[in-house]
Amino acid sequence: MSVTTPAPAPAANVIDVVNIEVIYNHVILVLKGVSLAVAQGSIVALLGANGAGKSTTLKAISNLLRTERGEVTKGHVLCRGERVDGLTPNDLVRRGVIQVMEGRHCFGHLTVEENLLTGAFIHGSKRRQIADDLEKVYHYFPRLRERRTSQAGYTSGGEQQMTAIGRALMSRPSTILLDEPSMGLAPQLVGEIFEIVKNLNEQEKVSILLAEQNTNVALRYAHYGYILENGRVVLDGDAASLRENEDVKEFYLGIGGEGRRSFRDVKHYRRRKRWL
Amino acid sequence: MLGPFLETLIGGLLTGVLYSLVALGFVLIFKASGVFNFAQGAMVLFAALTLARLTGEIDGREVHLANFVIAAAILGTALAFVGWYAWREYMARGGGPAERNRMAVLAVVGAVIGGAVAWFYGKGSWPLWVALPATAAIMGVLAYAIERLVLRHLVNQEGIILFMATLGIAYFLDGFGQTLWGSDIYKIDLGLPKAPIFLFEDVFPGGLLVEPGDLVAALIAGLLVVVLAIFFQKTRIGRALRAVADDHAAAQSVGIPLNTIWLIVWTVSGFVALAAGVIWGAKLGVQFSISLIALKALPVLILGGFTSVPGAIVGGLIIGAGEKLSEVFLAPILVRQFDLAGGGIENWFAYMLALIFLLFRPQGLFGERIIERV
Repeated sequence: MSVTTPAPAPAANVIDVVNIEVIYNHVILVLKGVSLAVAQGSIVALLGANGAGKSTTLKAISNLLRTERGEVTKGHVLCRGERVDGLTPNDLVRRGVIQVMEGRHCFGHLTVEENLLTGAFIHGSKRRQIADDLEKVYHYFPRLRERRTSQAGYTSGGEQQMTAIGRALMSRPSTILLDEPSMGLAPQLVGEIFEIVKNLNEQEKVSILLAEQNTNVALRYAHYGYILENGRVVLDGDAASLRENEDVKEFYLGIGGEGRRSFRDVKHYRRRKRWL
Repeated sequence: MLGPFLETLIGGLLTGVLYSLVALGFVLIFKASGVFNFAQGAMVLFAALTLARLTGEIDGREVHLANFVIAAAILGTALAFVGWYAWREYMARGGGPAERNRMAVLAVVGAVIGGAVAWFYGKGSWPLWVALPATAAIMGVLAYAIERLVLRHLVNQEGIILFMATLGIAYFLDGFGQTLWGSDIYKIDLGLPKAPIFLFEDVFPGGLLVEPGDLVAALIAGLLVVVLAIFFQKTRIGRALRAVADDHAAAQSVGIPLNTIWLIVWTVSGFVALAAGVIWGAKLGVQFSISLIALKALPVLILGGFTSVPGAIVGGLIIGAGEKLSEVFLAPILVRQFDLAGGGIENWFAYMLALIFLLFRPQGLFGERIIERV
């Protein structure tokens, strides 16, 4: 293994991912040199199709990768300029970096409130602080207060997503790695959750790294975006500039350069392409 | 008619409590990792063997109950205080690896010095009140070894894979315990009064016969249940244990250290195994067949529900009482009716009951409902 001296990262970034390569099960190469940065207090969107490596990137940062037999084989991850790739997920949560996993992953048999309290595990028995944080979470997610005594397994998908985000908030994070919060939710609910995320970012000064397939919504709320394809960053820039980019429009937002194209033309084009 | 009935019932209930004790160990691990720990029976045997050997039971010493209870209470309180203080210190400092190592070294040094002193004091064998915490410590070390060598590598795997791993642990422990401590039948003497107690002598002719050993066992089991129920429902660690049982990965993602949680839960279930081992050992003698009482715990769990601490107790009581009552009252009828050779209901009654429960109420009486959403 070659000795690499990490480049001195600007202190303004909470997370720096420097050229990481991730391999699952020693054979499956998923990330082929991904670099990205999350500036303090910003919302950064990580976009791409299924299997592009969004979740893997997040897990590489939060170090949940190891339990899935994945491994960062090259490059490194910095948190406020310090290397964190050797730490356990628990250590990272203590440093203020917490991941909200894809598919909510609530504790089904615990009540909503108990779910939230598990998020405060690292704070031990500071009762006052935990009670205050609980109030804060209920302030952002009023709906959770109504459902506080119901078992999380029986709540709706939106409520579970809120529980998962609220649970992460209980650890007083500086950075939340948010994986696919829109998954399986009605469009209206997606908007509601993104509004709350935006509020958290503005009022609690939480930096957010957001992995999302719903490019349209993600770019509306994010400040900066990275687009992943096949384990590589193919494009990055301000959210506004990405929204205007012709390729992004065509491939991710579904709007062709010359306005909406007829579906018949597309089919025709593809058929010709295939047979000639 | 009422006299014999009550006597059988009480006898059955008290045996049932002993089943509950074994079942409790299963429930603990199931609640905290969603795994049926096949090795629980082997842990009971291992704990009992260790204790028997450390007390020098091979030389046939006697220990008296009063000394034992007082000493255990003092030692237990002292240990609890030290542990509590150390834990607070540890949490306050944030618990870096340096502190962790220092605490571990401190604990080992303390244990070795204390153990050596006690060993010389007891001339080669320990009095029960030292042997008991020493065995508890050994169960803790065992838990650490299991976590380090087996469980850590199986995070996020299917439940069935963890189950197979516990199967392996069971066989290993059976063999290891007997290699280490020998396979003779040892006797654990708790110094309990042997004479049976007669209750309500003025109400029933001859009164109701009760074994004092069973009463003590019932008391210990009751105490354990209360403590464990509070631990699971009300404390932070208990909540974390339940969270881990629900979802390993999510628990990890919110900063619950899986390794620590598993260490805690295996240690606690080691303690429960020790309690069960002591009581069963005092009743039947410490021998290989003790590990088979784990099989009797299975119907108890099915009845009470795998995830419920009170369920383990109620299940044990029902099985214990049902067994004895059916043996005494149902068997003669069956024998007369079908012209059988008689007897033996006790051996299969529990399993029949479990089968019926599996058909109609698979989550048991108190188990968590199986949540399925589409």
